[in-house]
Amino acid sequence: MKTMDLQELEKRFQEKIDKEIKIEPNDWMPDEYRKTLIRQISQHAHSEIVGMLPEGNWITRAPNLRRKAVLLAKVQDEAGHGLYLYSSVETLGADREATIDDLHSGKAKYSSIFNYPAVTWADIGTIGWLVDGAAIMNQVALCRCSYGPYARGMVKICKEESFHQRQGYESLVTLCNGTPEQKAMAQDAMNRFWWPALMMFGPSDDESPNSAQSMKWKIKRFSNDELRQSFVDATVPQAEILGLTIPDPNLKWNEATGHYDFSPINWDEFWQVVNGNGPCNKERIEARKKAKENGMWVREAATAYAAKRSMKKTA
Amino acid sequence: MSNKEWPLWEVFIRSKQGLNHKHVGSLRAADATLALENARDVYTRRSEGISIWVVESNYIHASDPSDADSFFEPSDTKVYRHPTFYEVPDGVKHM
Repeated sequence: MKTMDLQELEKRFQEKIDKEIKIEPNDWMPDEYRKTLIRQISQHAHSEIVGMLPEGNWITRAPNLRRKAVLLAKVQDEAGHGLYLYSSVETLGADREATIDDLHSGKAKYSSIFNYPAVTWADIGTIGWLVDGAAIMNQVALCRCSYGPYARGMVKICKEESFHQRQGYESLVTLCNGTPEQKAMAQDAMNRFWWPALMMFGPSDDESPNSAQSMKWKIKRFSNDELRQSFVDATVPQAEILGLTIPDPNLKWNEATGHYDFSPINWDEFWQVVNGNGPCNKERIEARKKAKENGMWVREAATAYAAKRSMKKTA
Repeated sequence: MSNKEWPLWEVFIRSKQGLNHKHVGSLRAADATLALENARDVYTRRSEGISIWVVESNYIHASDPSDADSFFEPSDTKVYRHPTFYEVPDGVKHM
């Protein structure tokens, strides 16, 4: 085994993948597989953590105690999801603090959707419905990812996410059945979040150069465009029930394909936001840096206390 | 000290009385008390457990997956350890 050459190891690795045998932390894996997963899982973790910011902003402004308790529970879930994912990336030998430093330095990305502000209460419902809805579409596919710890984390996350989407939709049902002003607020949120939600699935397949390898390694199971189409197909009828209009004049059912057709996406906007020029990029990173710096004394105190206690024990 | 990371802990949860503790994931915490509290907050938000074990990851020793074939060979070659290996005449009941 020790003398096996790289080609043979890679061949055996691919055979395992083809046979749907999961890869576990101590198993041999190609460097590129490890690197791809570290990048993908850490960016997924960052998205969960940064994703707490737009919603956290509304916890003190929720319209009643029920909505406030729900929002608090949802934001707490996102923190937990971040933790599952950081733990999962650590099983690949990555240094957790280093991955967080990469977020703070701008080297690592996170989902571009969180660079849009949540300016009204209707945005909170819309984020739950559309943003968590799009995330679920992605994450359900990742439950079958070839890397064991990531796949297991996703199963746990998906169970929790479905509450996120439902609470958002319920909140919008209430607004859409409310006053004309409330309904207009819901429509305005829909107008602003629809396209960014579709962008969450990433560039079109022909612009996504790493996709083919990820599909071969079964890190990805469906292409970006396939997932985006599934999301549109699932969401249009939900919008109809709310009585909201999807901001796309070309959106229509295509009898021949059995899918909804929709307008091309504005990829210039997508790349602008990914590359740091979205409405909230700077604010989000500043908030994360401040959280780390301001929480440092707590971390140090806990470490000092643990050291003191273990000294007492050995004394 | 500020740059020193908290140790990594593996978390095991007993979902209900009568079942064994099962590995659910890991987390970082300064000491065992905090590890237990963090595990409660992260892994049992929806009544997933009634008992938690945390073990510092350093203390876990694992078999080497690249030696799995030879390591587990003794059990793979002993089919006579399974009841289905033995033929029992027709009509024999409760065996």
